[in-house]
Amino acid sequence: MGAQKKGASRVSEDHEDLTRVPLQAILLADSFATTFRPITLERPKVLLPLVNVPMINYTLAWLESAGVEEVFVFCCAHSKQVIDYLETSEWFSQPNFSVQTIESHNSVSAGDALRLIYERNVIHGDFVLISGDTVSNMSLTRALQEHKERRKKDNNAVMTMVIKRSKPSQITHQSRLGTDELYMAIDPTTKQLLYYEDKADHSKGAIYLDKLLLADNTSISLHNDKQDCYIDICSPEVLSLFTDNFDYQHLRRHFVKGLLVDDIMGYKIFTHEIHSSYAARIDNFRSYDTISKDIIQRWTYPLVPDVMCFENSTTKLERQGMYRASEIGQQRSAKIGPFTVIGNGTKIGDNTSISNSVIGKGCSIGANVSIEGSYIWDNVIIEDGCKLRHAIVCDGVIMKSGAVLEPGVVLSLKVVIGQQFVVPSYSKVSLFQQPTKQDSDEELEYADNSSGIVDIPPMVDTADKSNGEISELLDTQRWPTSQLGSGGIGHIWPFSEGGYDEELRHSVAPIPADKLAELIQAIDDDLELTQDGSILPPSGELKRDSNYSEDDDIEDSRDESIYFEKEVEATFLRAVHENIAVDHVVLEVNSLRLSYNRLTADCAGALFYSMMKLALETPHNSARELLQNATNVVTKWKKLLKYYLADIDEEIEVILKFEEMCLESAKEFAPLFTKIMSHLYDQEVLQEDAILRWDDEKKDADELDKVFVKQAEKFIQWLREAPEEDDDKEEESG
Amino acid sequence: MPDMQALVNEFLVKLKKRKIEGSQATAKQTAELIRSVISQQRVPYSNQAGALMDAVNAVGEQLIAANPVELAVGNIVRRVLHIIREEYLSLTTAAVAGLNLLSVSDDEDDTEHDDHPVLSAAAVAAAARSTLRPPSLQTLLEDVPDATAIPRTSSSGGDSEGKSKSADKSSRTRKLKHDVIEAVNELIQDISTCHEQIAEQAVEHIHQNEVILTLGSSRTVLEFLCAAKEKKRSFRVFVAEGAPRYQGHLLAKELVSRGLQTTLITDSAVFAMISRVNMVIVGAHAVMANGGVIAPVGLNMVALAAQRHAVPFVVLAGSHKLCPLYPHNPEVLLNELRSPSELLDFGEFSECMDFGSGTGSPLLHVVNPTFDYVPPKLVSLFITDTGGHNPSYMYRLIADYYSADDLVVQRRPATGS
Repeated sequence: MGAQKKGASRVSEDHEDLTRVPLQAILLADSFATTFRPITLERPKVLLPLVNVPMINYTLAWLESAGVEEVFVFCCAHSKQVIDYLETSEWFSQPNFSVQTIESHNSVSAGDALRLIYERNVIHGDFVLISGDTVSNMSLTRALQEHKERRKKDNNAVMTMVIKRSKPSQITHQSRLGTDELYMAIDPTTKQLLYYEDKADHSKGAIYLDKLLLADNTSISLHNDKQDCYIDICSPEVLSLFTDNFDYQHLRRHFVKGLLVDDIMGYKIFTHEIHSSYAARIDNFRSYDTISKDIIQRWTYPLVPDVMCFENSTTKLERQGMYRASEIGQQRSAKIGPFTVIGNGTKIGDNTSISNSVIGKGCSIGANVSIEGSYIWDNVIIEDGCKLRHAIVCDGVIMKSGAVLEPGVVLSLKVVIGQQFVVPSYSKVSLFQQPTKQDSDEELEYADNSSGIVDIPPMVDTADKSNGEISELLDTQRWPTSQLGSGGIGHIWPFSEGGYDEELRHSVAPIPADKLAELIQAIDDDLELTQDGSILPPSGELKRDSNYSEDDDIEDSRDESIYFEKEVEATFLRAVHENIAVDHVVLEVNSLRLSYNRLTADCAGALFYSMMKLALETPHNSARELLQNATNVVTKWKKLLKYYLADIDEEIEVILKFEEMCLESAKEFAPLFTKIMSHLYDQEVLQEDAILRWDDEKKDADELDKVFVKQAEKFIQWLREAPEEDDDKEEESG
Repeated sequence: MPDMQALVNEFLVKLKKRKIEGSQATAKQTAELIRSVISQQRVPYSNQAGALMDAVNAVGEQLIAANPVELAVGNIVRRVLHIIREEYLSLTTAAVAGLNLLSVSDDEDDTEHDDHPVLSAAAVAAAARSTLRPPSLQTLLEDVPDATAIPRTSSSGGDSEGKSKSADKSSRTRKLKHDVIEAVNELIQDISTCHEQIAEQAVEHIHQNEVILTLGSSRTVLEFLCAAKEKKRSFRVFVAEGAPRYQGHLLAKELVSRGLQTTLITDSAVFAMISRVNMVIVGAHAVMANGGVIAPVGLNMVALAAQRHAVPFVVLAGSHKLCPLYPHNPEVLLNELRSPSELLDFGEFSECMDFGSGTGSPLLHVVNPTFDYVPPKLVSLFITDTGGHNPSYMYRLIADYYSADDLVVQRRPATGS
């Protein structure tokens, strides 16, 4: 097992006197997750290039500049590759910065890793716990000082967690890094972490706090706009805690939550919020994309391509965020857009356009290629006429001419895409077959320890597969390689258990508009289900057509009202069919009104709407029959309706609703407008005042809105002139 | 010399990580590093100057690459190269002159200084230098034929002291290195005292009851203003805050603590205030060969405002900031773009940078440059440690400090000198 590497020879044991312990760090060079598959089957995540520099370099560079003196790099998956890389890099030869590797082959979680490190007995004081995929430029001084001061006062303050403000998206309930929305309760004065929940159930839209939490603390502040940076300053106790609780696996899910729940030992976790500096962890492809863009936008300064130069190739920043290495072969007609990074020795052909992308070293890109928002690693060959949008293309991939990558595609190492082949959205392509499901507990970065190279099935010529047949592919044991077009090599992986939606959330591509619209709809439903006492404005009645826009509020309440109407209608229909007593219906409608926070006017409108709809749906042959239906329904249920017509306003609402119906949903009623209205008047559902007021209100409306006022003109006139007599019927034609 | 390499590496890392702030500190540390490089460099018997220059070139190339924006590094490397050339030259000519003294005695100058061999050697060296180099105003003025009055020339960064010993051929090997180190020491001395040298001239420029405007913070400017204050000049200072780093706030604080009447304004108020100002005094990041200035961001705007109202725009710059390159040089056009977090709060704007929805391409681009380029026509006067100069005179000053062969610092096959 883990042999100490020769870099360890510089250990500063000698100058480790009792007064001053060098600042140590544990860097987990294994994410213990499978989010970066299929790439991580072949290469450890920490060595994947982030803006053309392996991720671990960002972490190490930060640790070095933050004043950490000893780093223990814990390697598990592909440990050999990590160690080889570190040996060839400059990290083993830095002054005042010693890097040692700890190798393990049987650790399956961060918990195992920390237990192993505890056994090694190498950590002597406070240490920084970080994983090798974290990018930061924060200064540790303040956080460390705070941590130490707390420790002096309270020995139980074992950990300080670094957090940063970043709002999650309202629509997708995920942070910009593609992680789930995170809820934290923090004591505003002491900054103690009291509650941590990253797997909240959004369908309920509620989180549950322990009552004690509120009882024990005078004040807590609950945040959902904080991002966990996964940088922890820990006391040595943390390691022994992991050893004591051998079932702790995951740093957050088990350890943090475990400590928060456990009140026997009384260990406390505190938070440190950073403001001006940057810190984020690459958790999935979405965060890979986001953090790459942050780096290009220089939030991570000085860890930016033109300042941080490894491997002696200098990159220069040009206008509009274009980073170009010194030796690039670019045809004059090639267009390179803003926010692109182009690595050393890359050649770009005629009429090729590249925007918002990162291109690695030694790539050759043909003519008429269009690359947008993609990440292309080293030594990739892209032939003429290819199109790439929001894709990740790993080392050594060959794309034959005319191949197209749709958004969200990941091409793992050395895949070959055949001519004219279109790789469907969100598919992952690898030379390896997708490993069969193993124990769900195990979150290894790679499939199998001993797995060498999985045999690449021989090429068989079969018909091209179409995009939809992904599930079918799963069944075929030996995939014909031509599923990637003629001459293509590799397998398209079926979607993981999370399915298509999971892929969407975590891919490099932005979430497509139709999906977003769907999500917005889902939120509205959520809101309707959850909002009890909230103060959403009552919906206005005439609203513009819905095409989801910035105006979320109006949008929400509009959908809200539609939903409410549906509920009322359902209730009413049930009442009709089951012959429920009016009083009971009133009760039901009232409870609906309360839970949707509606006005009585809305109830009246909705009820009337349901009645008319019922009348409309009752079979009828002519307008006369329809009228008959309507009058029947109204007569039968006028008591119910009347219940909600306490005021003139409500009556007006009913008229407006009716008008709206005649205009939009039930045009059949349009000719009968006046007749039904007069019937309502007869049944004393509507008062004369209400009708007159409606008429007044409509006076200055535009012509289109006046259609029904005109139709009812005579009726209104009659009302005005002979208010007292209501026995004779007037005859107007429609 | 693994030890040396470690030192160099450490400094390289510091430069790369942008851990050294300010050109003075950078210049000084570079000079010190190069001094130790020279002292560690073993020189062969023949072609010692070449060996030294190669060593300096090798290190210099790395240093410049580590932070191409910090021009002071390159300046110091070139200055040291120039010093080596000069020292070598003066040694050889002194030796030749020594021989000449014995054989030929009809030369006026030489006969006159027969009894002062030390001075004669130096005089010859100086004369040789002035013949080998295009004549500069300064050398013409300073290297007067009357050799007894050889001043401590600042043109070559101080040279003549080291040669008081006899120009014995056998000891020349060690002597060259020794002389060079002496000269570099003097250069370091010059760098660390440049503030005082510049501040000494303050009274000549700041007059009673004047209003001075400055932007951001510069230690040179602070010293300059305080020097005038100490000489009992009473004047007012307008400090533009210098967004986004707001170093003007620090300067204002410092000025007030030294008892100066200070007004703090926003950068955007500069134009409104400029009509009340008698003189703009600012620091610089680097002065280019054409007299253009690489200065903290915002100064171009101030310079334009000053020009509009005919207010003198004075730039204070230590001689280590003089850069022999022209700003059209693409390497120089590089600006340092810093983190957007200095401009806006990440948390507030995080939803603008959510690439999960929308087109996935960033719509918000924050540009936070560190420097401005102020063209020479907007600068009224440069005050360096050697005095006040016109922008058009800069190239001459640069010719005194640098040798044209050193403009491109890179390793190359050794040449004599």
